[in-house]
Amino acid sequence: MAENMAESNIVKITTQSFGNPEAKEISTYERLGGYKSLRKAVRMKHDEVIEEVKKANLRGRGGAGFPAGVKWGFVPKDAKKVYLVVNFDEGEPGTFKDKTLVGWDPHRLVEGAAIAAYAIRAHHVFIYIRGELYKEARILEEAIEEAYKRRYLGSGIAGSTWSLDMVVHRGAGAYICGEETSLLNSLEGRRGWPRLKPPFPAIKGAFDEPTIVNNVETLMNVPTILDKGGAWFAELGVERDGGTRCVAISGHVKLPGVYEIPVGMNLKAIIDEVGGGMRGNAPVYAVIPGGSSTPVLTADEIDVPYSSQAMAESERIRPVEVYPGKLFDAGFPGGAVLRSMPGSGAIVVMEAGTDVVAVCARLMRFYAHESCGQCTPCREGTGWLAKVCTRVAEGQGKAGDVDLLAHIADGISSKTICPLGDAAAWPMLGFLTKFRKEFEARIKHA
Amino acid sequence: MPLTFSSESQNRIKKILGRYPNKMAACLPLLYVAQEEFGHVSTEAMDLVAETLELPPSHVYGVATFYTMFNKKKVGKYHIQACTNVSCMLCGAYDVLGRLERKLGIKAGETTKDGLFTLSEVECLAYCGTAPAVQVNEEIHELVSPDKVDDLIETLKTQG
Repeated sequence: MAENMAESNIVKITTQSFGNPEAKEISTYERLGGYKSLRKAVRMKHDEVIEEVKKANLRGRGGAGFPAGVKWGFVPKDAKKVYLVVNFDEGEPGTFKDKTLVGWDPHRLVEGAAIAAYAIRAHHVFIYIRGELYKEARILEEAIEEAYKRRYLGSGIAGSTWSLDMVVHRGAGAYICGEETSLLNSLEGRRGWPRLKPPFPAIKGAFDEPTIVNNVETLMNVPTILDKGGAWFAELGVERDGGTRCVAISGHVKLPGVYEIPVGMNLKAIIDEVGGGMRGNAPVYAVIPGGSSTPVLTADEIDVPYSSQAMAESERIRPVEVYPGKLFDAGFPGGAVLRSMPGSGAIVVMEAGTDVVAVCARLMRFYAHESCGQCTPCREGTGWLAKVCTRVAEGQGKAGDVDLLAHIADGISSKTICPLGDAAAWPMLGFLTKFRKEFEARIKHA
Repeated sequence: MPLTFSSESQNRIKKILGRYPNKMAACLPLLYVAQEEFGHVSTEAMDLVAETLELPPSHVYGVATFYTMFNKKKVGKYHIQACTNVSCMLCGAYDVLGRLERKLGIKAGETTKDGLFTLSEVECLAYCGTAPAVQVNEEIHELVSPDKVDDLIETLKTQG
């Protein structure tokens, strides 16, 4: 494993056991203070636990960034049966933080999920792990078995009267199942087709019961929040975005890996200091900042804080366009422009000389492969994007192909049940906005 | 020929069913059990899963064909899956895939005549930090280079 620890004084929460192969064992985890927070939580009222997490300003770490405590509060108080589902279907290209976190420290997820389940009054947790992660599924299953033996799971958890079951459910190779309603259909034994919202899962989710779906990293912060307090956690981050967050850096950097950083750290500094800078002599050329669905940045645009707000608003990042001069309407409230976002925390760095047209074409083939086929604009549109973008990348492009790509992408966006359509359209338009000349040159020389 | 589950599989199935509030939810886990026992998910295997879970066969066909990890065709003893998504691509994944194709004498999506190897080009395996990644059955190989491909294939051939 090549996870590298950033040398710094940054507080480590989710990555505190990186480098310690014994942390996977429950005795070590307990010795390091593990399961203390669960014991504390089950002695609190359910709503007090939710309040503490609200105070922490813990935002979801899966990509959408919704405040976790607020989400937990959506479960109807009179619900008879509630489920917690852990989204461990990590599949966004460039993203590998959750599998790394669980690989080192599985009990932190078990404990975080147990606390969350108690908070929302759930007796059942399903951990939906992507099918390809055989090793991590085994690690997690062993951890859960140990937790049952030590009575942190089962009937009367951590000395309380609360009962809790936890089950690992393996996916079977479908990116779309990372979308929460698709994940729920998959958990129920159906095709992973996203559902219309509303009803939201908190009202009607798994098996038609109120369900909270949380990302792995999100839940791994919960034991520390209970231990040190929501206010302490909130203080570590920025306004309305508490704590630290993990980034997964890959591509042409010296030290690719998973690192825990303060929310709002400068993106250029993350690449230079945490990722060790570029691996060769070539400078940064392009950066996908938050997983393959987020609009690409050029080297001039990376001197920005790595936070949702800064990357949505910073004038340093050029807004995404459909055509030069025509801003893209992503359907945001108030007509806000689309710049970029830290998304899933996956930073893919490309050096000068990278064939960005080929990279874009590869991403479009990915989305075409992973479209679930339910909505026509996405099913047909992603296929067309893949076909046209690939022919441009291979030097077979036709006059008008650049506008055609923009037109198709704009035609998919905001017209589908789930965000996969947008997840394909945004990077397509992002690459065209930032590297239009390269696409045009490829066609001219075709 | 209709298939039946072995008694070992039946025991596993019993445990699996106890984890879910209804039988349909066991559809994916049972397709895995079937794949492990019968090597791939044939129509007969899907029928067996449908019968076991009291589901219409059409439901099980729809599910099995939706997910890429259920092999509807027979695969080789070693299923080699090379990731070529963006992080792996930036670190030379297409050179790795090209070497795999040359070394095995097949294209991605094909199986060698002796039934030993199936080669697939796959999407992101979440090993972007140690790219390029290649998965052989359940095992991940990280930082793969074309030269390492030669060694890997030779080792697997020796194991037979």
